[in-house]
Amino acid sequence: MAHFPKPAEGSWTEHYPDLGTGPVDYEDSISPEFYELERKAIFNRTWLNVGRVEQVPRAGRYFTKELQCAGTSVIIVRDKDGGVRGFHNICRHRGNKLVWNDFPNEETAGTCRQFTCKYHGWRYDLDGSLTFVQQESEFFDLDKEAYGLVPVQTEVWEGFVFVNLDPDNTTSVKEYLGELGAGLEGYPFGEMTQVYKYRATVGSNWKLFIDAFAEFYHAPVLHAKQAADEESRKLQGYGFEALSYVIDGPHSMVSSWGGMAPPKDPSMVKPIENVLRSGLFGPWDRPDIAGLDPLPASVNPARSPNWGVDSFVLFPNFMLLVWAPGWYLTYHYWPTSYNTHIFEGTLYFVPPKNATERLRQELAAVTFKEYALQDGNTLEATQTMIESRAVTEFPLNDQEILLRHLHKTARGYVADHQKTGTSVDLPTQR
Amino acid sequence: MTPILPADFADLEPYADWCLPTEAERYAKRLASPMDEMQAFYDAAFPRLEQILAYLDGFPFDALPDDARRLLELSYSLVNVSFPVEVWRQARVPDSGAASVDAVVEPAV
Repeated sequence: MAHFPKPAEGSWTEHYPDLGTGPVDYEDSISPEFYELERKAIFNRTWLNVGRVEQVPRAGRYFTKELQCAGTSVIIVRDKDGGVRGFHNICRHRGNKLVWNDFPNEETAGTCRQFTCKYHGWRYDLDGSLTFVQQESEFFDLDKEAYGLVPVQTEVWEGFVFVNLDPDNTTSVKEYLGELGAGLEGYPFGEMTQVYKYRATVGSNWKLFIDAFAEFYHAPVLHAKQAADEESRKLQGYGFEALSYVIDGPHSMVSSWGGMAPPKDPSMVKPIENVLRSGLFGPWDRPDIAGLDPLPASVNPARSPNWGVDSFVLFPNFMLLVWAPGWYLTYHYWPTSYNTHIFEGTLYFVPPKNATERLRQELAAVTFKEYALQDGNTLEATQTMIESRAVTEFPLNDQEILLRHLHKTARGYVADHQKTGTSVDLPTQR
Repeated sequence: MTPILPADFADLEPYADWCLPTEAERYAKRLASPMDEMQAFYDAAFPRLEQILAYLDGFPFDALPDDARRLLELSYSLVNVSFPVEVWRQARVPDSGAASVDAVVEPAV
């Protein structure tokens, strides 16, 4: 009953034999101790995407990013030479958070010539150097050169700004993202600057929400009511099969069919979708920009004419969705505790040329939110029941291969970190 | 009352309180509105949507007159209420419980 071919081994999962096919446990998603280990082994060690270069278009433009998962806050700024730099958001004098507005725990953004601490007025240049100390003569042999902001490794890949909080890291983002990342290079991300960003506080472990978006097995069921009735029954009857799965080191992707542009039968979609020619998969008509044909190698790897969307899971907490009609979506999952996280979903379109294009994008954005609300709520229900430990082993099917891989990768990072001996001060894992 | 929409769309004036510039305002009004009110708004505005698009596309998008911009905002609300009216038959997304998703960045127009 297969609609799309699988690898010679007979399944996607067995194509990657390290993954196994047995049931999995989610202790890694319900244990406070494991989360503390993840913070050290993963969030303080790997490249984290914190934004886009469009957020810092000119010298002096900056934004802050709260990284509770890594126990810090960072400032990302465009310096006077056009580079993008990152610093720990802390004043060298008494440790006050340097950049914040009204609420110290909320992110902020703006433009400045220098960063000035609210507390005692110490000032830092955009390159982090300390330039002014209030009543400097009252200090004892203060060497201003030794009190610049503490830099964070910061790199830009395809316009995405990444930080790595491990000062000893020697791997570039490009290297870290491997072949999967290399195959995304050249996609016209920089042309898609019309942004809709949503944020939600979610009562689940960060990995469980990635799980929800890394499989489409749920889509015909959980979202059944979102399609027209007849279409919905048909979709449930088919179930879901991906066009392709790729696993590359800690990263992975699923390539999916879908999208209706235009639908074969108008009764398949909502009335407003027919008038606006847009929906969940975005506006039906591709924008007229270069770079969408041919697509880079990692996109639609099966080169299927039925291709609709690719979902890339870039470890640990960054997902990138590239949609056939020429736009992209990012998901970020920022843990705040073992069973809570902040979810961010950001849609990027080519800026609209007229009101019709703008309304098509609005429909795609509104549709995204309707789905996200259903997905987010389901997760809280999953988290609380897994925490009951009434059941501790769960089967995963072949269409859930990326979940198997994600949890295995997280456990692997934690295990490696413990092995390297830096774990002496860490709580032992149960 | 002074009309706030273009004269061609005078029939939509009774729904002018749906001319809301932000997603947060539109979504809040949706949650606060009874279904029959949203149905009435949809029934009046949806059949005009193609004419709205044609009218708005007659202006450069970066220089919409105020009344056209309000018509566009009303159309954003129409997109938002299309979910309760066409799909859910209720204001809230079913099975969304206490979950909330907030728009933190959106286009200026």
